[in-house]
Amino acid sequence: MGEKTVLELRGISKAFPGVKALQNVDFTLHTGEIHALMGENGAGKSTLIKVLTGVYERDEGQIYLHGDHSKSVQIHSPQDAQQAGISTVYQEISLCPNLSVAENIYLGRSEGRLISWRSMNKKAAKLLESLGIAVSPSQQLAGCSIAVQQMVAIARAVDMECSVLILDEPTSSLDEHEVAKLFRLMRDLRERGVGIIFVTHFLDQVYEVCDRITVLRDGRLVGSYDAEALPRVELVSKMLGKELDDMADIKSEIPASADDKTVPVYEAENLCSAEGIAPFRFYIRRGEVNGFTGLLGSGRSESVRAIFGADKVTSGTVRVNGKPVRIHRPIDAMRAGIGYLPEDRKRDGIIGDLSVRDNIILALQVKRGFFRPFSRAQKIRFAEKYIKLLDVKTASVNTPIKSLSGGNQQKVILGRWLLTEPQYLILDEPTRGIDIGTKIDIQKLVLKLASEGMSVTFISSETDEMLRTCSRLLVMRDRRLVGELTGDQLTQQSIMKTIAGGDGA
Amino acid sequence: MTAKPNRSGAGAFFAGLLRHQIMIPLAAMLLLTIFHLIVDRSFFSISLMHNVNGDPVLTGSIISVIDSGSELAILAIGMTLVTAASGGQDISVGAGIAISGSVILRVLCGTNPSPEHMQAPIIVAFLIGCLAAAACGAFNGALVAFFRLQPMVATLILFTAGRSIAAWVNNNRLPVVNDIEFKYFGGYIPGIPIPTPFLIAIVCFIVTWAMLKFTNIGLYAQAVGINEKTSRLNGLNPAVIKLTAYVILGLCVGVCGLIKTSRVGSINYSVIAKDIEMDAILAVALGGNALSGGKFSMSASVLGAYVIQYLTTTLYSLNVRPAAISAYKAVVVILLVVCSAPAVREKFSRLMKKARAGKPSGSAA
Repeated sequence: MGEKTVLELRGISKAFPGVKALQNVDFTLHTGEIHALMGENGAGKSTLIKVLTGVYERDEGQIYLHGDHSKSVQIHSPQDAQQAGISTVYQEISLCPNLSVAENIYLGRSEGRLISWRSMNKKAAKLLESLGIAVSPSQQLAGCSIAVQQMVAIARAVDMECSVLILDEPTSSLDEHEVAKLFRLMRDLRERGVGIIFVTHFLDQVYEVCDRITVLRDGRLVGSYDAEALPRVELVSKMLGKELDDMADIKSEIPASADDKTVPVYEAENLCSAEGIAPFRFYIRRGEVNGFTGLLGSGRSESVRAIFGADKVTSGTVRVNGKPVRIHRPIDAMRAGIGYLPEDRKRDGIIGDLSVRDNIILALQVKRGFFRPFSRAQKIRFAEKYIKLLDVKTASVNTPIKSLSGGNQQKVILGRWLLTEPQYLILDEPTRGIDIGTKIDIQKLVLKLASEGMSVTFISSETDEMLRTCSRLLVMRDRRLVGELTGDQLTQQSIMKTIAGGDGA
Repeated sequence: MTAKPNRSGAGAFFAGLLRHQIMIPLAAMLLLTIFHLIVDRSFFSISLMHNVNGDPVLTGSIISVIDSGSELAILAIGMTLVTAASGGQDISVGAGIAISGSVILRVLCGTNPSPEHMQAPIIVAFLIGCLAAAACGAFNGALVAFFRLQPMVATLILFTAGRSIAAWVNNNRLPVVNDIEFKYFGGYIPGIPIPTPFLIAIVCFIVTWAMLKFTNIGLYAQAVGINEKTSRLNGLNPAVIKLTAYVILGLCVGVCGLIKTSRVGSINYSVIAKDIEMDAILAVALGGNALSGGKFSMSASVLGAYVIQYLTTTLYSLNVRPAAISAYKAVVVILLVVCSAPAVREKFSRLMKKARAGKPSGSAA
């Protein structure tokens, strides 16, 4: 590994109306290094990457490539970035799902007018093999798992002979096994001398693969560190800009288990949806926080979707506060006082072009009825209340929600459901892809809501987060409810055991 | 956090207006007006005359714009909603006007194609005509909402069949209504010098304004048009909302059917409201609305409709041959649409910013 720099950013600044997204940020990337870019929501990670890839133009600052200080590179468009050898793989894959793997790798880069499919497939096969990606080049991309799609995107970048590879939260939708594969690929590329910028929220992953860590906060550089020389706690406190003992506190705030004799707020018998989950029994009491846990694809999300009526419900009897109700569509659930924050924020949560205001009031407005719209002033009052309560960072209530950062979008959706004052709130991966500070805020909020009498079902891929918030965990495996853990059983080991299904649960 | 650049209230208002999509049709209208001010000021002269019945009427090119543009403006209302909710357009509105017009005449004439007196009150005929048009809208809407056909394909059916259906309604005869009262709707009401179609259009605008104000159709149509999955998870029924949008467009078509048939007192199945669907779609586009659905501005669409009529009348006033008008119109439309393309607008606003940056703006950290 050489200490040659491949990319150097000096004094980068970028301002948006009302917000200084980046202020005088320096960043250095060496060849053959995996460099983590860390920071909270709104710290400026995304902006920095977009400046680097030509999506935004920087206001000030220089970019030098390959240690050549004589001239600062101008990057006006993603094409410029590619030409300069900077490739990006985004969290949401930006390939064409209806084309084959090979076509995706060579799309828009064929030399002549004619394409020899056979030689293209052969070339692709060779490339994929050299990178250890097990997929057939002629397979349609949509048929591959997200992990493989991501690796295909990386293969495309590698084939374009990039010297800088940016991975923007590539792991947020992968399971452990897939993450391991991705890391193997990243290490392989490191050996080849590629400089990798890795953006993630997972601390474990940072320490697993990264050599160096750069931390941003509020658009300013906090510092760059060797991963080995920076203990975890210190990293977290640098990201948050304060000493952190909040995490330890949270557990003690868990309320005593809700009274067992009360009638459950929500109770389902033999509930089943068309999404292929086994019928299950479920209940939640007033003020209780419980959670579904299990591996990705184990049916956690499908279960809560069945509760909310988001998928087609095929069987089951449901009681809300002891009274039988029929929940077949989301509106039925909403009328029964249930709220649901979906797993896929972009697809199921936000209405991108609409303002923060309209996104916040939508659910309550629908519940209130078609012929009874809120006045504009009332909408703004509602929106401002929840923007303040949840500390949403937005320029105004009229800003389109799509221009907010992920964590702030999530807060808006959360605000939307809190506004409906549900008695039972379902949160599916509310903390995915958002920074630690907001994560803790959301966990605290969940516990606070529960102490005020709201029932909450919480789903998260991070078990420690579940352990911190839930007083009862329902474990799922292969689309079946396989166990229930309470009290002393709430430990990492017993969850793992139940998920794995070893000596019974 | 940094404070917003301090700008005077009026400045901020104009900056906001400049960014608003209504600027596109407004700018087009301004250009046409400037053109006329330079070339031919008589375009704007309005005079009060008396028609053959001795009733006072206003005449002039501008009056002709607001008169002939009424149908288009009314259609633009429905087309905007359909575009927003379904991300596609209804190309059968011209055929729909033929159907509703034919139904109105059929009810008015009864079995005799050219009766002395009307066989039914106009209001009854109008309501039945609206019903027929709304049924066509519901048919289109059902194909789009429940069978998930592309709007263009779904409405192609009525686009093709509509005029034949219209002819069939009257057994392919040409009914003529000579009653003077029926002509009021496409002409003038005695004593009121303003063309009735414009008054009808105003009533439609008020109804639309009330609809947008007192129901949630605007919010729902936009939500469904932007993200159907999210809308469903927030308790909406996307299919019903799309269907509603098409039925509303159907009602607009019904109103246009009355105006169109009243203008001539008869109907020509193959010519009535020909190509009006394209102008209606253009009005929506000219209003700066995305034809792929989502956010919309109703006033911009309506203004867009009048701009199109303004342009047509301008070309007539320049003695362009009727056959050549479409070609001239196309050139202007290309210019307008290119200017309103997001890419061009962005470039423009960047240029503006650069021009303003001549004076370095205050605070730098």
